[in-house]
Amino acid sequence: MDSAQNRLPRLLALVPYLLARPGIPVVDAAEDFGVTEKQLRRDLELLWMCGLPGYGPGDLIDISFEGETITVAFDAGMRRPLRLTAEEATALLVALRAVGETPGVADTDAVQRALAKVESAVGNAKPAGVAVGLAGREAQATAEMREPIQEALHRGVAIRIRYYTVSRDEITERVVDPMRLLLVDGRSYLEAWCRRAEGVRLFRLDRVDEVTALDERTAPPPHARPTDLSEGVFRAREGQGTAVLLLDPDARWIAEYYPVEDAADLPDGRMRVVMRYGDESWMVRLLLGQGGRVRVEEPASLARLVADRAATALRRAAAAEARV
Amino acid sequence: MPTVRAERLVNLVLCLLATRQYLTAERIRGIVPGYTDAPSDDAFFRMFERDKAELRDLGIPLETGRNSVFDSVDGYRIARRDYELGEIDLEPDEAAAVALAVRLWDSPDLTGAAHGALIKLRAAGVDVDPDTPAVVEPKVRTSEPAFAPLLTAVNRGRVVEFDYRKQSSPRPARRTVEPWGVVSWRGRWYLVGHDRVRDAPRCFRLSRIVGTVRASGKDGVVHRPPEVDLLGMVAKQNDQPPASATARLWVASGRAQGLRRRAKPIEALELDGEPGEVVEIDLIYPDSAASWIAGYGPDVVVLEPDSLRAHVRMLMSGFAEGVH
Repeated sequence: MDSAQNRLPRLLALVPYLLARPGIPVVDAAEDFGVTEKQLRRDLELLWMCGLPGYGPGDLIDISFEGETITVAFDAGMRRPLRLTAEEATALLVALRAVGETPGVADTDAVQRALAKVESAVGNAKPAGVAVGLAGREAQATAEMREPIQEALHRGVAIRIRYYTVSRDEITERVVDPMRLLLVDGRSYLEAWCRRAEGVRLFRLDRVDEVTALDERTAPPPHARPTDLSEGVFRAREGQGTAVLLLDPDARWIAEYYPVEDAADLPDGRMRVVMRYGDESWMVRLLLGQGGRVRVEEPASLARLVADRAATALRRAAAAEARV
Repeated sequence: MPTVRAERLVNLVLCLLATRQYLTAERIRGIVPGYTDAPSDDAFFRMFERDKAELRDLGIPLETGRNSVFDSVDGYRIARRDYELGEIDLEPDEAAAVALAVRLWDSPDLTGAAHGALIKLRAAGVDVDPDTPAVVEPKVRTSEPAFAPLLTAVNRGRVVEFDYRKQSSPRPARRTVEPWGVVSWRGRWYLVGHDRVRDAPRCFRLSRIVGTVRASGKDGVVHRPPEVDLLGMVAKQNDQPPASATARLWVASGRAQGLRRRAKPIEALELDGEPGEVVEIDLIYPDSAASWIAGYGPDVVVLEPDSLRAHVRMLMSGFAEGVH
C-alpha cells in the first residue's frame, strides 16, 4: 500500500482503531495498517499535534506509550471511523455477494450474516455498478472431484491423482501435496506441490479423473510458494516453440483466448499473431480444429505437419465410409 | 502528503466535527492551525479549496449552509451521523468471510478500495485476520484496460463511447452506451447498458472493446432502471440450451486420451490398416465438439451422426486444400 497517498485515511482511522484496542503493541497496529513501525510512530507523533480548537494541553489528542504498547487517553471527538466510500463499499459488498452466491466456496450462512451486517453499517442502498458471478460451467464429474480434495486439504494429507495433461494429450498418475483450491476466471484449480514435477502446479479440476487420499501428511517443501495469478493462469515457459499465424475473422477468438504477441490487423480483415506453444502436438490439434480458418506462416515444418495430418484424416474417413 | 498539510487536514476535520454552527472560511482561517501561514487572502482561499476537495474525495460529508438569514456567505460543518461508520460487530466466521472477500480482487482498481474498507472495519473494532485459510480461494482479475474507465462512468452515471468488434467481424463499429454496470461472468467481463443506436439493452464483452473508452456528457445522466438484473442479463445472453447428442467414433489404439476419458469403449476395429476401437460419447455443443474431434486428425474418425462427420470432413478439407 502506498503510505503517502493513504496517509490521511489512515490518520483518521488510527484513533478509533486504538480506542477499540487499549494497550495494543505497536508492531501489531503497524501490521494491520500495512505500514512500518517507524511510519506508524510518525503518524502518532502527528496526531499528538492535532485536537480541538483551543489547542491547549487538554484539547489535543493524547496517546500514551507504555513500553511497546499504545493507549488513547483523549480522542478529541474522533471515536468512530469514517464511513466507507462508494468505491470501498462496492469492492467489499460485491466480493461478499460473489463469495456468498457461489456454492462450495465458503460457509454461505456466515457470508450472508457478514453481508447483512456490513450493509447495515455502510448504510447506503445505492446499487453497485459491479456484479460478479464466480461459478463456471461445471460438469457433475468435476463437482465430484472437489469433495475428496477438500477433505484431503482439511485433513492435511497427500493425494494421488489421475490427471489429464491437455498439452501432451496424456493421462498420468502423480502424488501431490494439496495447498489450496482456487477459482480463477470461472474455473476451479487445485494448487499443489507436484512431487513428480518437483514444483508448484495448478491442476484444473475438470481434468482430474480420480483422487485417492494417501495415509501420509502433506509435505510441500518450505520454498513452495502460492502461484502469482495476476497475469492469469497461462504462463509462457522457456524453450517454447513460436508460430506466426494468420487468423480469419471466425478464428479471432484465438487471440482473445490464448496469450498472443504482436497481434496486427491486416487490410483483408485477417489478423496476424505470434503465438508461443509448449508442445507441438497441442498446437497441431488447435490448428486442425480450425480447418482453413487459420494459416500457419511460420514455421514451415508445422504447416507441413498439419497438412499431412489433415490429408491422412480425410483418407481414413473415406475408408470408414467405404466400410458402411 | 506533507506533514504540515496532513496535520492541518486532521485539525480541520476535528474542528468541523466538533462545531454545530456552520463555520465560514474566514472563521476557519482564524481557528485551525496552519491557515495562518497563508501569506495572502488569495493563497488562503486556494489552500482551503484544495483541502475541501481532498476531504470530499475521501468521502467526508462536508455540509454547507448558513446559521441565519443575516449571514452573507456559506459556512461549513460535518454532521457526525453522516461521517461515522455505523456500529458493526462480526463473529469469527463472519470476519473470515470478510477476509476472503477482501482477497477476492486481483485488480488495481478494486484491491485498494477493498483494503480501504478493511482498515475502516478494523478501526470500528472488528478483528479481521487477512490470512484466514479458506476452503476455496476465489480470484477475480480486471486486466482489461476498459474496466477502470467503464466503472468510473457507471459510478458517475455518464454516457460512454467506444469502438466495439463483434467476434466474427474484423471492423470495429462505434457504440454509444448508457452504462448500467460491469459484470464478471464465467471469468469474462461484460458491460451491460442501453445501446443508444440500437435503442435496446445490450451486453458487451470488455475484451472486444478496441482503443479507449470515452465518457461524454454530464454526471448523473444515466439512470439504471430499478428492475435490471445485471448478472441475469449476461447469463441469459450466454446460456443457449445445450443440445446433447451421442456420437460413435473410431479412435486409434492408444491415441486421443482427452477424448477417451469421456468416452465409452464399444468394440475393437481396424481401420485403414490401423488398430483401434469404436467408442460412444455424449457431446453437448456440436460446433465446438467438431473442432475438438478434428484436432485429433487421423486418430479419430466420426462414424455417426452424419452431420458431425460432414462437419469434421469440412474442417479437414479446409486444410488439405490450402496446401501452403
